[in-house]
Amino acid sequence: MQFSDSVFASRFNITSRDLESWLAEALSQGGDYADLYFEYLLTSSISLDESIVKSAAQGVSMGVGVRVIVGERTGYAYSDDLSPEKIRKAARVAACIAAGPAKVDKFDLQEGARHNLYPVLVAPTETAFAERVDLVKRADRAARAYDSRIFQVQSFYADNLRYVMIATSDGGVTFDRQPMARMSVSALARQGGGPPQAGRAGGGGRVDLDYFLTDHPPERFATEAAREAVVMLDAVEAPAGETTVVLGPGWPGILLHEAVGHGLEADFNRKGFSAFSGRIGQKVASELCTVVDDGTIASRRGSVNVDDEGHATQRNVLIENGVLRGYLQDRLSSSVMQTGSTGSGRRESYAHIPMPRMTNTFMMTGESDPQDIIRSVPKGIYCVNFGGGQVDITSGNFVFSASESYLIEDGKLTRPVRNATLIGNGPEALKYVSMVGNDLRLDEGVGTCGKEGQSVPVGVGIPTIRIDRMTVGGTA
Amino acid sequence: MNGDCLGELARGVVQRALAAGATDAECTIAEGDEFSANVRMKEIESIKEAGSRAAGLRILIGRKTGSSYTSDFSSEGIALLLKSAIELAEVTTEDPHAGLPDPDELGSIEGDLRLYSPDVEQLETPVRIETARRAEAAALEADPRIVNSEGASFDSHVGRHIFANSRGFFGEYRASYCSVAVAPVAKDGDSMERDHWYTLARGFSGLEPPESVGRTAAQRALRRLHPVKVETQRVPVVFESTVARSLLDNLFEAVHGMSIYRHESFLAGKLGEKVASDSLTVVDDGTLPGLFGAQPFDDEGVPSRRTVVIDRGVLKSYLLNSYAARKLGMKTTGNASRGLTGNAGIGHGNFFVEAGVQTPESILAGVSNGFYVTELMGFGVNVVTGDYSRGAAGLWIRGGELAFPVSEVTIAGNLKDMLLGLDAIGSDLEFRGATAAPTLKIGEMTVAGK
Repeated sequence: MQFSDSVFASRFNITSRDLESWLAEALSQGGDYADLYFEYLLTSSISLDESIVKSAAQGVSMGVGVRVIVGERTGYAYSDDLSPEKIRKAARVAACIAAGPAKVDKFDLQEGARHNLYPVLVAPTETAFAERVDLVKRADRAARAYDSRIFQVQSFYADNLRYVMIATSDGGVTFDRQPMARMSVSALARQGGGPPQAGRAGGGGRVDLDYFLTDHPPERFATEAAREAVVMLDAVEAPAGETTVVLGPGWPGILLHEAVGHGLEADFNRKGFSAFSGRIGQKVASELCTVVDDGTIASRRGSVNVDDEGHATQRNVLIENGVLRGYLQDRLSSSVMQTGSTGSGRRESYAHIPMPRMTNTFMMTGESDPQDIIRSVPKGIYCVNFGGGQVDITSGNFVFSASESYLIEDGKLTRPVRNATLIGNGPEALKYVSMVGNDLRLDEGVGTCGKEGQSVPVGVGIPTIRIDRMTVGGTA
Repeated sequence: MNGDCLGELARGVVQRALAAGATDAECTIAEGDEFSANVRMKEIESIKEAGSRAAGLRILIGRKTGSSYTSDFSSEGIALLLKSAIELAEVTTEDPHAGLPDPDELGSIEGDLRLYSPDVEQLETPVRIETARRAEAAALEADPRIVNSEGASFDSHVGRHIFANSRGFFGEYRASYCSVAVAPVAKDGDSMERDHWYTLARGFSGLEPPESVGRTAAQRALRRLHPVKVETQRVPVVFESTVARSLLDNLFEAVHGMSIYRHESFLAGKLGEKVASDSLTVVDDGTLPGLFGAQPFDDEGVPSRRTVVIDRGVLKSYLLNSYAARKLGMKTTGNASRGLTGNAGIGHGNFFVEAGVQTPESILAGVSNGFYVTELMGFGVNVVTGDYSRGAAGLWIRGGELAFPVSEVTIAGNLKDMLLGLDAIGSDLEFRGATAAPTLKIGEMTVAGK
């Protein structure tokens, strides 16, 4: 994309010279570094409940965030008004973090490198609404048709199209056009007069609308949600205490996100209060485990062409054969720790300060047959779907909540078990991984990660794995 | 644009929507200024300062709804706001229950709710930074084992909320808040633990002294050092007031009008029945001045009120907006809540457990072997079934006293049994936000550990 083609040039008449002058304003008090993050965001959403399309909404938001760094300090201001005087004012406010004479007065902005991971010609946000409304209606019909015990269905579709432009005092200017779409379906099942049970499923990515019209139709998510709800009707109490846990492939990779991913974000490690601080080169998992964070996988929800500081994303090995290799770095942490950025600087919007974040975090595939893994367990549980998770960075304790799991008895799956939270300690949990399957799968594309009040889309993935010991929070 | 102009804009958008074919319309405008300063290891880490505003519109054409929002207040932006909402009403389905509250339900409560305090805006930046610095310094100086810190923050927000609808309602109010939070890290040998403490108020003068916030945070982190993972067992569980609040979040979801009409709550259909121990009374009150759940009217223009949700163990009311009320054949409880766009959801006002008579100490004194929970982790609560399973940390109770720290365990049960099994309610009710609960004791839950 050329500067002149960007929405910021065409709609707001922003020129390269403007960017240079605002950067100069931001550094007028002597900051070491400044950047401008422009965002123009179009969103749409449609929700269906009780077979009625109850809500359809669309919106526009825009703004610019100005950041100034001096040493380890950050000054930040933003404006949701893209007029030159408001942008200049924000730059002046952010500049106040520093106190000294201006160091630089000239910039020569050059366009920075980026990937082309989502070459979507027409973003879902740019299509006719009627087609998207049809998706939620189809999901509703499919979930109800799955089983007569399904009595409530909600389906939700949302997409957005985000245009960003990042100009830095290092001399880089980067543009990106970031499409995103997601569907989710939840279903409730009831048998006779018994209590209801819920099932949920969804998927999406940085894709065009064809994604939902071909390989990932609404029926796929709908039947999956309905299936989970029906399965749970027969659920028994989950075990309480330490047991062997087998995780199925895909979304259970949330284990990695919580157990190791957050603890390896460089801001926590720069400041020395992560359970992983100072452990590079140490063994933190069994040698079967290699964990990667990769922002460059085409069309994935967690991928971006450039991070929100203008760095091209990359594939970062976090744990290699059980040994801790590296942290996820943004600009500030990497300059303090004197390494390079790993393309992990992300932010929720122009109103937020970037920080190191995950993209798509997964474990590399192994050699075991997934069936052999289940057969190897005399007594334990097999978890195939999860709700959310959380971690205490400092102690390393993490949880994630199983929403669909089964008892394993004598190597066979027997009964489904009720929702239970699994708890472990980050630097210890993966040491008990004794088998890794040959069936690596990435999740369907619905993950959102929250950190310090900022949400960003992420992906996870994992092959089937066996963890010899983990605490399961049931009642039986 | 000043406040009067924004009010005119909201009314104008409603009128223009009607002129464009809407049969009803609601317009919300929010504007605000935020400030945030972070201090870490006695140095300024970041300062953030900005103002923003946005408008949302929801229209009905008959029983079909369309919504839109924008942060672009130019004439083009407002024209698009109107066009989007009208266009979307074409694609939604006729919903027999869609609509606005009846005109006689609309209104605003009288009197000053003390939501706005001018001292927040007037505060000089150096004072804000210094307040955070003092809180962190007190934490760092509290004990030699406090060796690190996630930092301390001072945050404030001053905003204006405007709402107009096509049934003649217009209302606006200003609100402010400020807070100080600090998160120290304690270390001793191999053990490293963090915790935090905070104070928040509508005005600067309402904040607790930063030193006391810092010292409390330090004590909370220190008492977690060298935790033990206990054996799996069934024992009495005492929730410190800080985490007892989270049970109210779960209860809120269970009495949420939408969960009720969808039958996705374990409390659906239980109105008038005994659902909790006789000692439990839970109230939602959006009219308590100065508190964080107070507002003169809800997000549909219905006056805030006091609703007794559970009265001495008996379920008395759900929390409803006008839509859920129409679905259930009831009246709105003035609990409509929404962002800028979409249909109104449901929110709570000041949602709290009425204080009991026992001090927290006397509750602990009655437990020979049990778990005092001070932190909960994760999202393992299913309000459809009531199944409850969460990560927990805290202190073990031995012979009526706090004996040693515990972590990496879970507590599990079912909310139905937990509510009925509440056998002690503390006298220590204190509002730190819109939900509040005193110390609560549940007769027995499963603690899963080793």
